[in-house]
Amino acid sequence: MRAMDYRGPYRVRVDDKPMPQIQHPRDAIVKVTRSCICGSDLHLYHGMVPDTRIGQTFGHEFTGIVEEVGPEVGNLKAGDHVLVPFNIACGQCHFCKQGLFGNCHESNPSATAVGGIFGYSHTAGGFDGGQAQYARVPYADFGPTLIPDWMDADDAVLLTDVVPTGYQAAEMGGIQKGDTVVVFGAGPIGIMAARCAWLFGAGRVIVIDHIDYRLEFVKNFAPAEVYNFKELDDVVTFMKKTTDGLGADVCIDAVGAEATGSMLQTILGKRMKLEAGSAIALHWAINSVKKGGIVSIVGVYGPTGNLVPIGNVVNKGLTLRGNQAAVKRHLPKLIDHIKAGHINPKAMITHRVPLDDIADAYHMFSDKLDNMIKPVLLPNGA
Amino acid sequence: MTDTNLRTRASKPSVVETSATAIDTSKILGWGVDADPDNDPTYPYRDRSNDDHKGSWARPTRQEPEVELLQSVEHKQLPAVFGTASPPKWISGAMRRLAFRWSESNWAHWMILMGADRVNMVEGLVQDLGRGKMPNIPKEMGVPAEWKHNKTGLVKKIGIATLIGASIYGLTQLRGRHQSEKAD
Repeated sequence: MRAMDYRGPYRVRVDDKPMPQIQHPRDAIVKVTRSCICGSDLHLYHGMVPDTRIGQTFGHEFTGIVEEVGPEVGNLKAGDHVLVPFNIACGQCHFCKQGLFGNCHESNPSATAVGGIFGYSHTAGGFDGGQAQYARVPYADFGPTLIPDWMDADDAVLLTDVVPTGYQAAEMGGIQKGDTVVVFGAGPIGIMAARCAWLFGAGRVIVIDHIDYRLEFVKNFAPAEVYNFKELDDVVTFMKKTTDGLGADVCIDAVGAEATGSMLQTILGKRMKLEAGSAIALHWAINSVKKGGIVSIVGVYGPTGNLVPIGNVVNKGLTLRGNQAAVKRHLPKLIDHIKAGHINPKAMITHRVPLDDIADAYHMFSDKLDNMIKPVLLPNGA
Repeated sequence: MTDTNLRTRASKPSVVETSATAIDTSKILGWGVDADPDNDPTYPYRDRSNDDHKGSWARPTRQEPEVELLQSVEHKQLPAVFGTASPPKWISGAMRRLAFRWSESNWAHWMILMGADRVNMVEGLVQDLGRGKMPNIPKEMGVPAEWKHNKTGLVKKIGIATLIGASIYGLTQLRGRHQSEKAD
């Protein structure tokens, strides 16, 4: 089969790889119908995630048609069209029992801090991902969800990560009616977090980024007030001024390790890798939120450490909340939201790319070329 | 962590006793009088009703390891399911094995893994050449897309790279000439 093949930082290609096999009784093999490149794939592409080995196939956002199931999978059959949550979760360990499906303890030998994730380095379990014609799906009796007949396949693939992560970002913000919510980052997750903030009753939603075409998109999609931080003297002072000197009720970090906006953080985190990426968005979030406020973190950081003003967290009495989205938990509600027209995820898809052009797609996504917001791969054709 | 939570390492107990077993809470005066179920910052994403405060559960069927796996020393047991992509090998594999001697909390663990990743990239090139395959690096790096969507940027990047390359070459030549003059 044809599959994406990581060759080192900034280098990917498509190669012939062996077909995936059933390796566990709860496995399924799916023929991939849609697969996205996620902003967090760029952390792998840029060589920022430790234990990312050449030869691995990335891709944790995909849908597919079931080809084969293992003997312990009783709820799926060949021919079912499923969306596959990016978390690999057993559904029965100490953490899964509590609904923490992004923290499964039975899917990742390499680390205890994170559960298994498709195609996301060996730090997240060493699984090949869905940027391929076929993929192995562990715990297929628990994770994959049948795509309703009425649902557009493009909406379905965005339910595997982007929509639940954006939704959980807003949920973890504990947004109350009338709250001012600031979302740092106008990538797909930030866009969705801004949209979902309204579902929780936000009174005002502000999005900060430095890429104008993305700000323009979220301004209409969410909708939201948008500001380009490169046009502001000081992001935090601006936030204080625009909130009567108090700060926002809730700040959401939807950027993570590759944030732009601080030379110090860029050098230490992105160039020298002495931090787990640049944490300037989180820095701004902590300093922009009001005393007693909540900072919700869904931006992805590496496993070491970051320079953030933790003293201000204490002095301001902040609550920090973060997690990988528990996709499975959110799906019933989010499917209803799509059906009701509350959210329209597929509007974020700007590019459709054949698998063979994956190197171009990664580069374009990384360098924000051609106004790309969300690329979807079609590994087996349209 | 105090001794009430975890017995001291010096005694090396065969079974680590956790706070759930170390002290009989019924004998603690006032135990739980201020407990408030609403004081839970993990709501709603953690369903505390299913927290039995124990590290045991009905385990899934175990996948048979058929490739070399590197397991975090923080894991009590091998998780039931794992990926089998790109098992460790060559020099980078040796580095990864070394890294896994340390816990996830130790910087050495991650720094060695990052180093291994860089070595692995070179190994990948050698592997390609060994198979008689010349990797098309510009294509792998998306240069055609850059040419299509950002010609000016590409020209600028090539210009900067050429300038840096020429400067390094020039400095090397100058140093070589200087050393040979010194030798004469």
